[in-house]
Amino acid sequence: MRDAVVTGARSPREIVDEAFSRARRVRAGADGLNAFLWSDEASAHDEASRLQTRLEAGKGGSLAGVPVVVKDNIATLGSPTTCGSLILENYRSPFEATVVRRLREAGAIVVAKTNLDEFAMGSSTEYSAFGRTKHPLAPALVPGGSSGGSAAAVAAGITPIGLGSETGGSVRQPAAFCGIVGVKPTYGRVSRFGLVAFASSLDQVGVFGATVDDAALTFETIAGRDPLDATSADQQVLKYGEPVSSLDGIVIGRPREYFPEQLDHQIAVHCDRALERCRALGATIRDVSLPNTNLAIPVYYIIAPAEASSNLARFDGVRYGLRITDDGLRGMYEATRSNGFGPEVTRRILLGTYVLSAGYYDAYYAKAMQVRSLITRDFSAVFASGVDVLFTPTTPTPAFEAGSKSDPYEMYLSDIFTVTANLAGIPAMSLPIGRVGGLPVGGQILAPHFAEVKMFRVARALEKALGAEAHR
Amino acid sequence: MSISLDEVRHIASLARLGITDERARVAAVELSSILQHMEVLSKVDTSDAADVDVLAQSGMMLRPDTGPPIPLERSPADFVPELRDGFILVPRLATHEDPEPAP
Amino acid sequence: MSTRESSAGGTLERTAARLAYEMVVGLEVHVQLLTRTKAFCRCATEFGAPPNSNVCPVCLGMPGALPVLNDHVVDLALRAALALECRIHPVSIFARKNYFYPDLPKGYQISQYDRPLATHGRLTTDGADGTSITVGITRVHIEEDAGKSVHDRFPGVSAIDLNRAGVPLIEIVSEPDIRSAAAAGAYLRSLKQLLEFLEVSDVNMEEGSLRVDANVSARPVGETTLGTKTEVKNLNSFSAVERALDAEFARQCALLEAGQRVVQQTMLWEADPGTVRPARTKEESHDYRYFPDPDLPPLVIEPSRIESARRSLPELPAARRARYRESFGLSAYDSDVLTASKALGDYFEDVVRQHRDAKTTANWVMGEVRASLNASRRDIEEFPIRAADLGELLDLVRDNVLSGTAAKRVFAVMAETGERAAQIAQREGLVQVRDDAPLQAWIDEVIAEHQTEAARCANGERKLLGVLVGFVMKKSGGRADPRRVSQLLAERLGV
Repeated sequence: MRDAVVTGARSPREIVDEAFSRARRVRAGADGLNAFLWSDEASAHDEASRLQTRLEAGKGGSLAGVPVVVKDNIATLGSPTTCGSLILENYRSPFEATVVRRLREAGAIVVAKTNLDEFAMGSSTEYSAFGRTKHPLAPALVPGGSSGGSAAAVAAGITPIGLGSETGGSVRQPAAFCGIVGVKPTYGRVSRFGLVAFASSLDQVGVFGATVDDAALTFETIAGRDPLDATSADQQVLKYGEPVSSLDGIVIGRPREYFPEQLDHQIAVHCDRALERCRALGATIRDVSLPNTNLAIPVYYIIAPAEASSNLARFDGVRYGLRITDDGLRGMYEATRSNGFGPEVTRRILLGTYVLSAGYYDAYYAKAMQVRSLITRDFSAVFASGVDVLFTPTTPTPAFEAGSKSDPYEMYLSDIFTVTANLAGIPAMSLPIGRVGGLPVGGQILAPHFAEVKMFRVARALEKALGAEAHR
Repeated sequence: MSISLDEVRHIASLARLGITDERARVAAVELSSILQHMEVLSKVDTSDAADVDVLAQSGMMLRPDTGPPIPLERSPADFVPELRDGFILVPRLATHEDPEPAP
Repeated sequence: MSTRESSAGGTLERTAARLAYEMVVGLEVHVQLLTRTKAFCRCATEFGAPPNSNVCPVCLGMPGALPVLNDHVVDLALRAALALECRIHPVSIFARKNYFYPDLPKGYQISQYDRPLATHGRLTTDGADGTSITVGITRVHIEEDAGKSVHDRFPGVSAIDLNRAGVPLIEIVSEPDIRSAAAAGAYLRSLKQLLEFLEVSDVNMEEGSLRVDANVSARPVGETTLGTKTEVKNLNSFSAVERALDAEFARQCALLEAGQRVVQQTMLWEADPGTVRPARTKEESHDYRYFPDPDLPPLVIEPSRIESARRSLPELPAARRARYRESFGLSAYDSDVLTASKALGDYFEDVVRQHRDAKTTANWVMGEVRASLNASRRDIEEFPIRAADLGELLDLVRDNVLSGTAAKRVFAVMAETGERAAQIAQREGLVQVRDDAPLQAWIDEVIAEHQTEAARCANGERKLLGVLVGFVMKKSGGRADPRRVSQLLAERLGV
C-alpha cells in the first residue's frame, strides 16, 4: 500500500476513501461493530491532502498513505480521547502521544479512534461506557479486549494496521480472538508519553497488523527512546530487514505450564501443528518450564489495580473532564468519580487502594513485586539456557460470548497466558495459527528483552509456512 | 482474607468514590472473593527475590534544566470546568480555614 | 483539649512544671531549589507569574503526560546533602504520596520515601558564647511542590494556581536533637546560611522558598525515651518557630503536670495572639499509600558524580569564619558578622583585595556599608558602591588624601551616585589640606575667636588642644589634615 502511494500509483485520498467505504460496508460505527468512538472523513481528507503535498516534495515516509486506527486511550490532537469513560466523554487532549506523532510523521493517516474497555480495564471490550464492540465474525461474541475496537477494525479490513495498548494482554488477546497479528513490545521499547496510564510498570503501546510485516513495520516506526518518557529505553531499534524463511539454529521453547490438561484440545492441536511447521523449517523444539507461571494472575491483579488506583486519582473534576457538583469539595470529588467511572474501574480502584493501604502494603503489593521478580527470573533462566523464543497458545479459549463471564475473577483468567510477558517486561506477539469452530486461534511467541527482531523472524517464517492454514 | 463493609467504606473514602451501601456490600463480597485468589502468594518463598538495586541497572534518564515546556495546543479555558481570572475554581474546602500547608 | 484550658494555673506553677521537663524538637525544613525549570517538566519556576501561566501537560496532570527528572535538581540536592555531611545513596527511589487535594494535580505528590537520596548527616552550629551544638540530619530527599490554593479571593470557592505545582524541593529532616527554642532558631539560621552559601536556594521564608514544620515533645528531665510528639505547622518566620515551640512546650508540660496525656496531632501556630491550637480534625486519618513511582526508574548516582559534586562545594560558613580569624586576624564577632551572608563576605573580600588592610575594611563594611544597606533596605548585591571603589576610598584615607570625616561624606555620595571616590573628593573640595599656609590661616582665625581656650591650653590644659583642633577641622569643612593641625597648634601654643 505504502509503495503504491509513494510511486504515485494510488493517492492517499483514494486509500482514505477506501477505508471509509469499507468501514461503512462492515458497519464499524455505533449501529454495527461499534469499533469506532470517533471517525471523521473530512479531517482524514485534510491529512491526506497534506500528505499529498509532502509526497510531491519527495517526503513520503515509511507509512505514507497508510490508514491507521488508534485506541482511544492514546492522546491525539484533532479528535477526542475518551478512554471509553464518561469521565472523559467530551475530553480533547491538548497534546499528542509520541507514538501518534511518529506515525503521522511517517505518513500514516488516522481514520478513527477506537473503542476499548474503560481505561483499558477488561478483556472483552464489554466495559466501555459507550457500548461493547462486537466480534467482526460473530456479533454475539466479544472481539477480546481491551483493545477490541482496533482489533475489530483491522480484522474487518478497514485499515491494515492499528494501535492498541497492552497492560496484561490487551493487544495479543483480541488479536488472537480476531485472527490478526498483535504485538506487545519490550517494556521501554515504545514511548508511553500520551498513553493514558492504567498500570505504568506494565503498560506498553502495542500494534495490530493484518500480517506480521504490517505489524513489524508499524512497530519500527513507533519504537525508540523518547525524551518525554523516563522509562523509554536507550536501545537501538534494529530493522526487521529481509525476511528469512529458514529457522535453522533457532531453539523454540515449549513451556509446559502453558499447555495444561484443561487447555482446549483443538487449541493444543493447532499449537502442535505450528511447532511442527517450525521444526520443518529447521528449528529445534525444546520442552521447558516456567515454574512460577501460576502466580502471574494473582500478582498481576495486585500490581495493576494498585498502580491504577493512583493513576486514576487525577480524574477528580478539578482541571478537566467531567465535574459533578455536590456538597462541597468532597461531594464534588465523590459525585464526579462515582458517576464518571464504570463498575469495573471502580472495582479495580477499590482493590488497588486496599492493597496499598496501611497494614496491607507488605502482604499484598510488596509481596507481589517480589513474586514478580521470580516470574521475570523464570524467563531469564530459560532464555539463558539457549532458548531463543517461547511458543504458547495466546488464550485458553477462542472468543467467548458477550455477557458470559459475570464473575470478575473468571474474566481475569482469560489473561492467563498473556500477563506474564507484561510482568517480565519481555516482548510478545500473537499470530493466527488456525481456527476452532470457525473462530480464530492465536499462537504466542515470547522473546528476551529487546529481541523483537528474533520474535518477528520466527513469526514471519511461521506465517509463511502456515499459509492459508492459519485461517482454517 | 475477607474485607468488611467498613473497610470498603474506608477505602472508598480514601479513593473519593461515593458508593451506596448496597454497592459497598456487593463490593465487599467481590473484593473478598478476588483477594482469596491472592492468598497463594503468601506461601511463596521470596527470600531471594531481586532487590531494586539489581533492577536499577543504569538508572533513570534525566533531562537538562531548560525549557521550553511541552506546549498546550488547547488553552486551559478549553478544558478547565470552571476558570476565573486565570484561577481554577473548586468548591471551598470544609476546613478551608486550615488550608493544609503545602508539603 | 484546647490551649486555653490547659494554660490554667499560675505563672509560677507553670514555670516550675516546665523546669521539670525537657523539650525535644526535630525540624522538617522544605527548601525550594534554584532551578530554571520545574522538577519533572520544562515549565519555568519564576515567582509572580499570572495564575496558571507556567503550566504544561505534565504539571497539570493531564492524562498521558509523564514526568522526567531535571538533572540540575539532582546537582543541587547532592550539594546540600554533601554540605550536611550526609551519606549519599547510590540508588534512591521516587515514590508516590497519594492524597486528594485540589492543588495536587495528579492526586499524588512525587517524593522520596523509604529510599531517600541521603541520610545520616549533621549540622554543627556555633553558639554566640563559643559553645556549639550538633544536630543530626535524618534524611535529605527530593520532592515536588504542590500548587497554591487561595481561599479568600472569590466568595464561596477556592481558587487554584498551579504555577508552583512541580517546583523542586528538598526536604531536610533533623533528628530530635534540639533541646530549646533558641537552639531551634540557631539551627535554622545556620541551615539557612549554609543553603545560601551553597547557592541551592533563595531561602526566603516570605516567598515560601523555605518552610519549617516542627515536631515537639516533652519528657521529664533525665528520661531517655521520647514523649508523644505533636507537629506544629504554620510557622512563617524563625521567630515564629521559637515562640511556637515555647508555647507548645508549655502546653504539653501543663498537660503532663496535670497527669493528662499529650495527643499526637497537628497544631497550628497563630502569631496573634501567640498560641497554638489543634488543626481542625480531618474527616479521616491520612493514609498516603506510598509506593514506588513506576514512571520513574531508580535514581542511580555514580561515585564519580558524588566526587565531582564534593569537589565543587564552595567554602562553607564555618570554614570561612575560621579563615577570617586566622588569615585576616579578625575577631570571632567580626568574622560572624561578615559571614552572615555569602554575598557580604564576598564583598568584604573584594574590598580587601584592593585595599589590603582587612581590619579597616572590616570596620567599614560592618559600619558604614551595613548602615547604608539598612537605611536603603537593600541587599549587598544591589549596593551601588563597587567593592573596588570602596577599596580606593579606603586607600585615599590611608594615604591621608581624605580625612576620616571627609571619607564618610564621600562615601555617602558614592552610595547615592555610584561615582568613584577621587572624582567626588575633587569636585566637592574634600581632598585633605596639608599645606601649612592655609592651615596656619585657619589656626589664626580659631585662636582669635577662642582666646580663652587658647590661653588655658597654653597654660597647660593640654586636653583643650583637641577641642581647638576640632574648631579648625570644622572651619576647614573637614578638609584639614588633623595631625598636621595638631602639630602646628601645639607649636603655636608652645605645648
